[in-house]
Amino acid sequence: MAEVAEDTAAHLGVFVPPNEPRTPIVTVTETWPVRALLIGISVGFLALFVVLPIASVFVEAFAKGLGTYLAKLKDPDALAAIRLTLTTAAIAVPLNVVFGVAAAWLIAKYRFPGKTLLVTLIDLPFSISPVVSGLIYVLMFGGRGVLGPWLEDHDISIIFATPGIILATIFITFPFVAREVLPLMQEQGNDEEEAALTLGASGWRIFFQVTLPKIKWGVLYGVILCNARAMGEFGAVSVVSGHIRGRTNTIPLQVEILYNEYDTVGAFALASLLMLLAFATLVAKKVIESRQVHHR
Amino acid sequence: MNLSVKNITKRFTVKGTPAIFDASFTATSGGITTLLGPSGSGKTTLLRVISGLETADEGRVLFDDRDVTRLPVRQRGVGFVFQAFALFNHMTVRRNIGFALEVRGMSEAERAKRVDELLALVQLEGYGDRYPLQLSGGQRQRVGFARALACKPEILLLDEPFGALDTRVRAELREWLIQLHQNTPLTTILVTHDQEEALELSQQIVVMDHGRVIQTGKPSEIYDHPQTPFVASFVGTANVFRVKVETQRATIGSVSVSVPAGVPDGTEVQAIVRPHNVKLAKDTDSGPTATNGFTAGGADHTGRSLGTITRVTGLGAYVKMQIALTSNDSVAVQLPRAEADSMNVAVGDRVIVDLADAKVFVEDYSI
Repeated sequence: MAEVAEDTAAHLGVFVPPNEPRTPIVTVTETWPVRALLIGISVGFLALFVVLPIASVFVEAFAKGLGTYLAKLKDPDALAAIRLTLTTAAIAVPLNVVFGVAAAWLIAKYRFPGKTLLVTLIDLPFSISPVVSGLIYVLMFGGRGVLGPWLEDHDISIIFATPGIILATIFITFPFVAREVLPLMQEQGNDEEEAALTLGASGWRIFFQVTLPKIKWGVLYGVILCNARAMGEFGAVSVVSGHIRGRTNTIPLQVEILYNEYDTVGAFALASLLMLLAFATLVAKKVIESRQVHHR
Repeated sequence: MNLSVKNITKRFTVKGTPAIFDASFTATSGGITTLLGPSGSGKTTLLRVISGLETADEGRVLFDDRDVTRLPVRQRGVGFVFQAFALFNHMTVRRNIGFALEVRGMSEAERAKRVDELLALVQLEGYGDRYPLQLSGGQRQRVGFARALACKPEILLLDEPFGALDTRVRAELREWLIQLHQNTPLTTILVTHDQEEALELSQQIVVMDHGRVIQTGKPSEIYDHPQTPFVASFVGTANVFRVKVETQRATIGSVSVSVPAGVPDGTEVQAIVRPHNVKLAKDTDSGPTATNGFTAGGADHTGRSLGTITRVTGLGAYVKMQIALTSNDSVAVQLPRAEADSMNVAVGDRVIVDLADAKVFVEDYSI
């Protein structure tokens, strides 16, 4: 009987997974020329616009052999760019984790006037052009900016220096953690926190023992996206950096400079690092997503 | 510990109707007091005010003589059981139950001992190392009870504790709660919208509607002497008739019942009678003209009328009937099975309906 049913289902184009009480996956059965055409178009498109460019990055990077590749990465300016990128991410990401979780907590757990405004402001960095984000800081801290003269008097340099790059990066990457954590918190509600409260727990204990375990995968997911953007940001950082070689160039800025100087191997060697970062991010994202499903 | 709530008012919005208005009641030590009302009646909000999860805008909450109105939740020492369990899903059952003890810095050995006691109390020995999501709904809620009882609170607050469970488990847990309460009689406040649960579990019922306390009393008082039509129809089933007073009497179809003195003619009143308070007799004369002192279609002044059975349902101890009065009004009647059998009732039978037990409520008196 079961065989007959499965047979019928197959004729109707419905895939019945054996012994699995899941919703059947509906597969559309098309004739082979149509299928070949559809697959051909998808694969061709991906190959032309995604795989080929990515491959060419590595091809260019290794064009003059592994030795040259490594030498280009060991170039003092390249090393300085790598160091600056890592420093920036190391400062911007933790700060945004704290800001993001705090903002999400505030929005999810409390009623207060101006809440809608705060939610809108969190999304602001997503909707502003990165160039404008950079200019905002130049207008604030630059020589002719609002705080410029005061900063100059006190010998503090922000624009065309590391602090400006870090500030711009923080601004650009602010939404990532908050945007990941907020819906999670809203969906989970307050019941467990209230339970902990009636059991006598303090605010810190509730946060670390009850709330954080519930949102940890969301936080981690946010951290990974935030980190990828912090390391890869070009526009805003470009405006505030001043492109001082060996001092205020991050990896993306250094890539651009090298490329403009026709040092393709150097440019693509550094670019390959960003590519690897992208792969690592995607893998981590995939892993976290599967963990999240299992832990719901 | 005695618990008193005095004139509590709670508003969530500045304008609009308050969630609770001027609510007062006293729960006696060691008893189960139920806050009963439809959804939106403010019963859960009141429970949360008692626990400290919400703060009242006006009024006071007293534990014995101690004013706890401004005391934060964690210092009130109440046990709270949530409708949706609210267990810590990333902790084992043992850690869930021991959480409050951990918070209080109890040593691990002592904690383990107390958790074992609690696991035995909620009949979950052997489940300690599981995670909440590996348990059934009923088991999870028992973990919820154990966790709330860990620190030996003097007041136990239950927010629709059986609301997320299916009927069979709900009945089992109800029995279990009665047992538990007999062994350790804690002052317990139970919030529910299930009148059956309220009648079965509580020593005292506080009926709420639209944020107000409507009536407080023993289950039997609430059931037998409802003070408003709302209470009468919400607690137990009732036939409700809206009628106008004429010459000091309220006429339900062809039946007339007396009205309290001083109610002027023309006033709209509600006459309410419970199905099992309607008395029934078979009309022995099956002819077209009525007997027993009735005129066809008319009423006498004893609250009796003629009617025809239109529906008979019921298995078990009671038989339910729907009877059409000669005036097209319909009355639900409930009889013990033996009585119904001896009368041999059937659809289409003509019967004499006695509504003398109907209680008349004047609109102005109800809220």
